[in-house]
Amino acid sequence: MSIQQKKIEKQLSLPLKNAVQMSVRNLRIRFGRSIIITMSILLGIAFLMSVLANNAFTMSLVHRGPEDIKLLLTADLEEVRTRQIWLVSLSLLVCTVGIINAMLMSVTERSREIGTMKCLGALDKFVVELFLLESLAHGIFGSIVGSIIGVITMTFVYMFHYGGLIIRIFPVGTVVRYMLFTTLLGTFLAVVGALYPAYVSARMEPAEAIRRQI
Amino acid sequence: MPREAIVRTIGVKKNFMLGKVALHVLKGINIEILKGEYISIMGPSGSGKTTLFNMIGGLDKPSEGKVYIDEVDVAQLDAYELAWLRCRKIGYIFQSFNLIPVMSALENVMLPMIFAGMSTDESREKAKTLLETVGLGERLNHKPFELSGGQQQRVAVARALANDPAIILADEPTGNLDLKTGKEIINLLREMNKEKGVSIITATHDLKMLDVSDRVIWLRDGMIERVEARENIDIKVGEVEGEESG
Repeated sequence: MSIQQKKIEKQLSLPLKNAVQMSVRNLRIRFGRSIIITMSILLGIAFLMSVLANNAFTMSLVHRGPEDIKLLLTADLEEVRTRQIWLVSLSLLVCTVGIINAMLMSVTERSREIGTMKCLGALDKFVVELFLLESLAHGIFGSIVGSIIGVITMTFVYMFHYGGLIIRIFPVGTVVRYMLFTTLLGTFLAVVGALYPAYVSARMEPAEAIRRQI
Repeated sequence: MPREAIVRTIGVKKNFMLGKVALHVLKGINIEILKGEYISIMGPSGSGKTTLFNMIGGLDKPSEGKVYIDEVDVAQLDAYELAWLRCRKIGYIFQSFNLIPVMSALENVMLPMIFAGMSTDESREKAKTLLETVGLGERLNHKPFELSGGQQQRVAVARALANDPAIILADEPTGNLDLKTGKEIINLLREMNKEKGVSIITATHDLKMLDVSDRVIWLRDGMIERVEARENIDIKVGEVEGEESG
């Protein structure tokens, strides 16, 4: 036992910087795939944001708009709300499953690479970090762009219906709050969606990962 | 003074479960590989070559028996120690090269040094020197897909040498190469073996490997059939070739 302690040390954990560098490079090289994953987040979040922006605009019209519009809108507010919750939940679910699927595919495709890195001395932790960081990048980018697209689309829709009125009563505070919320939610979902694939990839035995034929 | 053993296996057995039937792949292997030796493990497909190779490389643990790498029992190591062992003590070379596709030749060679905690500048310098040693000084920034098979395997050899390992494990290193390139890689391995004193262990079908090996371990049905020293091999090559092609 004493000989063993003398000869073998524990592998160091790499600073996060290395994982960040490598995942940035992966994202750049596998740009096409990155775009697809980002799109699934982007579309989900854009949809959510458009629904939320719709709410914000409606409320703004109800409180600050002319009397006739107010009456018209208040009538079926409740019914519309319930339907929206369903739509939003479903779209987010689809978006998360999409991320998990895309990341699992990425793990399978890169199993040889993961196995090689483990042979060269990478710890499981490092592999997990790589996958989570990549997903984080997808999440942040997809959600920010998605929420902006959502707001812009809804603004155009309302401008089409109500003209310049919507610009005058634009609920800036509420919309910014909703955008922050959707961005955080999208990023969170992207990371959660990547947890299982990252775990799968880290658990892979190097010998098995290298010999696996794809 | 007797040479130190770098790898020792004692009664190594390995069983795989195929459904409910146990498949005995290795049936008790005892070998001792000395520091600086060039060893080839030969045998037909299904003889347990690859499984034995994985045991020696710390990539898999035996069902029974012990594997000592540099006098350390591999089964006793935790994940961190195993990663350290793979990083510092062992260099791996694979049949399909296994370079990281998104990285240049230089970055591929730097990777094990980064994992070992070396600074970027230091590892870049060393990677350059290593790539020059294997004859790729002109292609530092090429990506793997821009290199031929032989060149990729040279990068892999440089990568395997990155942390000055005690052992290089090469699994069918010439399996995906043509005759001439294969011969070049074998000579390169032999050169590194002589210059750096690193033990080289290859699992192979390739009879070209016989010329340079100090000893050849013949495996059949999960057992060691015979171990031959080089001086006895040359005479037998013809006979062996007949056997293989038959």
